Amino acid sequence: MLGYATRRLLALIPTLLAASLLVFLFVHLIPGDPAAVLLGDTATPEEVEALTREMGLDAPVYLQYLYWLGNVLQGDLGTSIFFGAPVLSVIADGAETSILLAVMTMVWIVILGVPIGVVSATRHGTWVDQLASGGAMLFASVPTFWLGLYLILIFSVSLGWLPSSGYPSISDDGGLANLRYLLLPSFTLAAPNAALIIRLVRASMLDVQREDHVRTARAKGLAPWKVATKHVFRNALIAVAAAFGFTFAALISEAVVTETVFSLPGIGRLVVQSILRRDYPVIQGVILIIVVLYMVINLLVDLAYAWLDPRVSLK
Amino acid sequence: MTQSKPPLLDVRGLSLSIATGGSLMPVVRDLSFSLNASETLGIVGESGCGKSLTSLAIMGLLEGTPVRVTGGEILFEGRDLLTLPARERRRIMGNEMSMIFQEPMTSLNPVYRIGDQIVETIREHQPMSKTAARARAVELLRMVRIPDPQGRIDSYPHQLSGGMRQRVMIAMALAGSPRLLIADEPTTALDVTVQAQILKLIADLQSETGMGIILISHDLGVIAETCDRIAVMYRGRVVESAQTRDLFARMRHPYTRGLLDSIPEPDEDVERLPTIPGRVPGLDERVDGCAFHPRCARASDICREQDPAETAFGGGHAGRCHHPLEPDA
Repeated sequence: MLGYATRRLLALIPTLLAASLLVFLFVHLIPGDPAAVLLGDTATPEEVEALTREMGLDAPVYLQYLYWLGNVLQGDLGTSIFFGAPVLSVIADGAETSILLAVMTMVWIVILGVPIGVVSATRHGTWVDQLASGGAMLFASVPTFWLGLYLILIFSVSLGWLPSSGYPSISDDGGLANLRYLLLPSFTLAAPNAALIIRLVRASMLDVQREDHVRTARAKGLAPWKVATKHVFRNALIAVAAAFGFTFAALISEAVVTETVFSLPGIGRLVVQSILRRDYPVIQGVILIIVVLYMVINLLVDLAYAWLDPRVSLK
Repeated sequence: MTQSKPPLLDVRGLSLSIATGGSLMPVVRDLSFSLNASETLGIVGESGCGKSLTSLAIMGLLEGTPVRVTGGEILFEGRDLLTLPARERRRIMGNEMSMIFQEPMTSLNPVYRIGDQIVETIREHQPMSKTAARARAVELLRMVRIPDPQGRIDSYPHQLSGGMRQRVMIAMALAGSPRLLIADEPTTALDVTVQAQILKLIADLQSETGMGIILISHDLGVIAETCDRIAVMYRGRVVESAQTRDLFARMRHPYTRGLLDSIPEPDEDVERLPTIPGRVPGLDERVDGCAFHPRCARASDICREQDPAETAFGGGHAGRCHHPLEPDA
């Protein structure tokens, strides 16, 4: 398994090179001149031209790419045009929010998706199942921004229980209690994905329940809960593990919307703002990091898959 | 026969129905048979005759299926399994009574090592340390003649052949030293050579342990080789039952005759194998009188009108037929 992981990691290199080229080209295809954006409406064409030269944006695109790539390989993602600070530190500023948001979202997805899915499957056809399936359908169809706004309206505006926006770092005053700022956003982000997991857990458990080996397990005289957990759920998990890979991909795009709705200083909002500012180095840096993260998570999902299903061989 | 000890298994008037929408469709009607220790009863019949459902009902595996027990009792050593609380029933399952199934390829959980699956069964019914249970699992694998049980115990099911998997299933079934083993088509999915090995293994284990066996098959040949007594089922009923030797010597029901005639015999030079004309009527089709009459050459008016009662032919041989074949036929 270690050899397989190493080989998969090495295979990341060409993929990353291709991704970096795509990212670079796409960003440069966006119309708009960063120098002009930076200098504002009052700048003269001469000033804009001077700044363009200064930032190296007058060089041919392929040279710009090679230059950027060379720096990236040395761990330098460049300097933000807008902030004037290294891209890596700009991203690091937003990372705490986004990482905590992602972790809390995953926690929501697991604690909501898995148990409700399991109960739904074991109480198949009863009102419990219908309620869970109906709820899952509802949450899967509600757009993230709409749900976010309604949660703010209910829990922040009407009830006043939770803050509606922003996020002070857990190293600031309040410490871990600051995590309450992320409760609503993480729930918003989790809802459609948890709904997906509920439906998937339920469907795969119902599939497994019909398999012959479950009948064998019952014939052993095992209690129903043991059959449900050790035999049905354990086998259903194989299909669910694969879904966590897709869920992560969905989270990235939904995080952009959610961080904007809740004004969170995270990476999702950074991307949106950087695009508006034509801050090329930041956009490239963030997207590159997301690509790496996405590929690593997919590798982890594949490893989990092999670990869950002994029939899958990692050769 | 003395009345001192009840038979190992005594099924009395068992009726099963499939619940469809609001109505119940009978699939097994008024089924009775009994089985003693060290005895093998073969239940034979075509697909859909209710033989598998009967075995699931005895084992207690109907839960989660649309099949309901609508009457009768299943006495296991005198206790009626149908009225036992679920927990006590589970204490018998996999322990005093166990079952092996038709599909060894899919009957084992693919994600667990076979040793763990056997250990699970052992520890469910006997308080035992993991190490002791593992040693017992190795012993069970040796009992079912799996070569190198120490090495095999950590295999996953997909690493074993069909025959080996069925041996593992049997080992698992033996984990609790059962007094009754139900084998539902245990060799149907296997190669012919492996079939013979598995049947011999089951017979050997029976003489070692003295368990009673119910062997369910559509194959009269398999049944004939291994069983002391045979019950022939047709459309949810036992139409003929007798000691094996007696049944083959003097079969009385035209359906049994038809089943036997459709087995190819290598030394006979026949153009075409005889078949039983027609097909088994669907469960939703109502057949008045004897259920076999639409396919029976001997059918008369009474067969169309009246369901035959059980007739005893003597020597434990019984059948349901208005026009039984002559004993010499």
